[in-house]
Amino acid sequence: MKGEPKELKVKVNGKLYELKVKPKALLSDVLRKELKLTGTKRGCLESTCGVCTVILDGKAVRSCSVLALQSNGHEVTTIEGLAEGDKLHPIQEAFVKQGAIECGFCIPGRVMMAKALLDENPNPTREEVRLAMQGVLCADAGYVKQIEAVEVAAEKMRGGE
Amino acid sequence: MMKDFEYFSPKTVEEVLSLLSEHGGEAKIIAGGQSMLVVMRQGLLSPEYVVDIKGVSALDYMSYDEREGLRIGALTTHRVIEKSALIQEHFRVLSEMERNLATIQTRNWGTIGGNLCHGDPSGDPAPVLIALDAKLRLKSLSGERVVALEAFGKDMLEVDLEPGEILVEIQVPTPRPFTGVAHEKLMAVQGDAGIVGAAVSITLKPGDGVCEDARVVLSNAASVPLRVKEAEKRLIGKVLKEQLLVEAGEVASAVADPPGDIHGTAKYRREMLKVFVRRVGARALERAKGR
Repeated sequence: MKGEPKELKVKVNGKLYELKVKPKALLSDVLRKELKLTGTKRGCLESTCGVCTVILDGKAVRSCSVLALQSNGHEVTTIEGLAEGDKLHPIQEAFVKQGAIECGFCIPGRVMMAKALLDENPNPTREEVRLAMQGVLCADAGYVKQIEAVEVAAEKMRGGE
Repeated sequence: MMKDFEYFSPKTVEEVLSLLSEHGGEAKIIAGGQSMLVVMRQGLLSPEYVVDIKGVSALDYMSYDEREGLRIGALTTHRVIEKSALIQEHFRVLSEMERNLATIQTRNWGTIGGNLCHGDPSGDPAPVLIALDAKLRLKSLSGERVVALEAFGKDMLEVDLEPGEILVEIQVPTPRPFTGVAHEKLMAVQGDAGIVGAAVSITLKPGDGVCEDARVVLSNAASVPLRVKEAEKRLIGKVLKEQLLVEAGEVASAVADPPGDIHGTAKYRREMLKVFVRRVGARALERAKGR
C-alpha cells in the first residue's frame, strides 16, 4: 500500500535501531524526528548546501538526499557519534581552538565531511581539504579558518601535536 | 512536499525486472536518487511505486581488457569511477569529468547509470561517454538490447528506456592509438552543473598526423546531449590547426539551441560553446599527439 511504513534496521553511532518509517522519509527526517539526533541540521533540502552531511558506511552523504530506507542494514555516523562523553573529537576540538565556528549552523555537516576525508586520507593536501569543505556551504564565508582547523586536526590525528 | 509511494528494495536484477513488469509505467526506479529526489520534492515526479535498485550489488562493478574495452555496471558510483586506478590509467578523461561532477557527497551516493537515465542535458557523463563511443546494455524480461549512448537521449529528461527495462551496463571501447579525449565545462564554482560543456575526441593517423576521426559533444546546448557531426567534419581528414578548431566551435555554436536562464542567456551560451569547443579540442589534440 502507498505510504505504508516499512521496517528499517540501521546502526547509528554504534547503536542498532529498529523502527518503521514511511518510504518517502529522508534519512535526515528519521535522524532528527525519530531518533532525536538533532545535531544533523537541515538547510536547503535540495542537495545544494550540504549542512545535513552524515557518514554512511564510511562515506560522506547528504542525509536530505538519501531515502531513510536506503540506509537499511547500513551504518550511519552523525555528529553525536564523535565525542566520547565530554571529550571532543580532535576535529571538533580544532574547530573550537581555531575559531572556525561562527554561527555554527553548517559545522555539524562540515565536521562530518572532515571526518570522512581524514578517515580516508589522513594527510590531505590543502587542495584536497578545500575540495572536501566545498561540499558544505557556509553562509558566514568562514572557510579559511575551517580549512586550517581540518589541517590542525589532521596533524593531531596523525599523532603529532 | 513529496507524495507517498509504495517502496520495493529488490536485491537481484531478476527481482527488479519482475517488479517493473508487474507495475508497468507506474513504477519508477531509484538508484542513488541524487537527481530523482530533487524532482520528486519539487512535485515534478510522483510515482506510485518506487523500485530501489541501490542494493543490487551485481550491478556495481568495473572491468577492463584491451579487446573487450571497459565495462561499468550501472550502479557504480561516481566517486568509485573518479578514484579508480584503472580509469585513471586508461580513461583519464572519465576521472577528470567525475572530479568536477557536483560534490563529494553526491558522487559518493550517486551512480553513473542513474545519471545517464535521468537524461539531463546539462549532465557531464553523457557527453564524455558519447565522445568515447559508449554503448548501453539494457535489460528487460523479454531480453536484452544494446544501444549507442548517442541515441539514448530522446528529449529533456527522457531517454530510450521502455517500461520494464533497465540499464545494466555501460560499455566503452578501447580508444584507437593516437586518440586524445578531453572534457571541460563552464562553471562558476567547481562542481556546478556546466553552464555549457564540451567533450572532444580526436584520433590522428600515425605518421602524417592527419585527423582520422573526431567527436564533438556538447552539454546544456540542446534538450539532449548534443553530438555535432557538422563540427566533426571540419576536423576529419585535415592536419589540425587552431583555425580549424575555431571553425568547429563556430559550427557547433550555430547548430546548438541552448537554453537561456539565470546562469546565462542563450546568446552567452552560444559564445561560450565556441570557446569550449576550441579549448577542449586543443587539449584533445595535444593528448592525441601524446603530450
